Amino acid sequence: MSKHPAPPSGLSVWLGLKDNVFTQQKTVRFGDASAVNSGRFYSILTVVILLAAWGIASGLGLLQSFYWPSIDATLARLIKLFTEGFRNVAFWDHIGISVFRVLAGVLLGAVIGVPLGLAMGLSSVARGFFDPIVEFMRPIPPLALIPLIILWFGIDETAKIFLLFLASLFIMTIAARSGVNSVKITKVHAAYSLGASRVQILFHVILPNALPEIFTGLRTAMGVCWGTVVAAELVAADKGVGSMIMIAKNFLQTDTVVIGIFVIGLIGYTIELGMRYLERLLIPWQGKG
Amino acid sequence: MSGIVADKISMVFTLPSGEQVHALNDVNLNVKDGEIISVLGPSGCGKTTLLNIIAGFLKPTSGKIVRENIEVTGPGPDRGMVFQQGALFEWMTVEKNIAFGPKMAGRPAADTKRKVDELLQIVGLQDFGKKPVYQLSGGMQQRVALARCLANDPEVILMDEPLGALDALTREKMQGLVLKLWKETRKTIILITHSVEEALFLGERLIVMAPRPGRILREYELPFADRGLVESPRQIKASPEFVETREEVLSLIWGMEEEIMGSDKEPEPA
Repeated sequence: MSKHPAPPSGLSVWLGLKDNVFTQQKTVRFGDASAVNSGRFYSILTVVILLAAWGIASGLGLLQSFYWPSIDATLARLIKLFTEGFRNVAFWDHIGISVFRVLAGVLLGAVIGVPLGLAMGLSSVARGFFDPIVEFMRPIPPLALIPLIILWFGIDETAKIFLLFLASLFIMTIAARSGVNSVKITKVHAAYSLGASRVQILFHVILPNALPEIFTGLRTAMGVCWGTVVAAELVAADKGVGSMIMIAKNFLQTDTVVIGIFVIGLIGYTIELGMRYLERLLIPWQGKG
Repeated sequence: MSGIVADKISMVFTLPSGEQVHALNDVNLNVKDGEIISVLGPSGCGKTTLLNIIAGFLKPTSGKIVRENIEVTGPGPDRGMVFQQGALFEWMTVEKNIAFGPKMAGRPAADTKRKVDELLQIVGLQDFGKKPVYQLSGGMQQRVALARCLANDPEVILMDEPLGALDALTREKMQGLVLKLWKETRKTIILITHSVEEALFLGERLIVMAPRPGRILREYELPFADRGLVESPRQIKASPEFVETREEVLSLIWGMEEEIMGSDKEPEPA
């Protein structure tokens, strides 16, 4: 069990300019990963320097708006996007539809993938039947399926959600299967000795035991699907952040493209943070078997 | 009511490579109802295999386990199990771990609650019922494991080195607890251990096993478990009879270990 340093006190500790008291007591720091602090001051500095460089370059007129927009033009565009939307669709709707597609795809993938993975971990027959499919589909990048899915479903909502469903399905299946494989046999033995039936063992022992790995799968699936949805929207869509930047490109609106890229990054990061938070909240026993 | 009988148990493991390992050879054991016996032996003597067969996790190559004239064919709530460690459900609180057996059997929640509270008292964890088990120390976790097993009211309790992972002091305290539980419940208990002292202190009878193939080498009738109900553990462990038996068993085990591992002595110069 790793010892967590005492809660940081003072601004300089929070900024990472000073080590907290606990770390200060250590004589060996190089090589001790827990002795490396956040270095938050330098993170802030990096962001400030980048923004300042952008601002100065804009002020000096060094930027050609075709390649990279000036900071004030970008801000003006951002305000315009919020107030007027993009191509008759509100800015929030572009973001909302992309997020909705990801959530729908990941959840559908989990709903089918988790039971499938559990079955594959528990039954030779299920493993035998689905192993070729899962192992074959696993290395295929979801983007490679886009042409086929367009042929099947056209470019409507079903097509995108189905693509994301496929992207998350195999991740979730494999996560659930490895969750079953990680169950310690003593726990299962203990449950049988306490009189539990197979069904009870599935729901009260195997499933909770597999939850940490299922959740890691969910987190991975979220990340992969976020990347996939943007790419899919680049190829074929009239709504969504990906389609927004693709259409903006056609109109040489570099500022909208840049804003779109920022938004994609921010949302991807938010999803990751949200999932980590949920993980700590829902699975506090993770890694403590 | 009856204890449990191991009738001519032999176990030959066939490894995937085809190699055969004789884990147990013709083991006969008759544990009387309410008896506490300890099983001791060097590593590889098949004592855990024997326990797993009694628990019903393994099918013996030949022979059978019989309880109340019925042959054991699989695990069941009549034979409770306490493992060395890692068998608690870390996603549940202490209370829920203890209530697991009764809950699976569909007993009324109120009865289970009463039983859990009573057991928490007995094992001295009354203030820890709502805690997740992973926040407890090793010794406390083993108390939970004991309570969880007792909550199911099994006829026989099988213990597979339940105190093996604990530090020496906690271990001695827990031995007292096991003895107390045996006295109060008079369950039939089979205890596997690596510690000679523990085996002597807790067993009314001691089974010493030998390896290759695993078999019963000797049996001792012991007075110490009964005396442990009145005398203090330190007093018993320091008594001449205890020390004498301990040395005798130790040299028996050491003899076997040396046969397996080779002697510790420096080889003679050539």
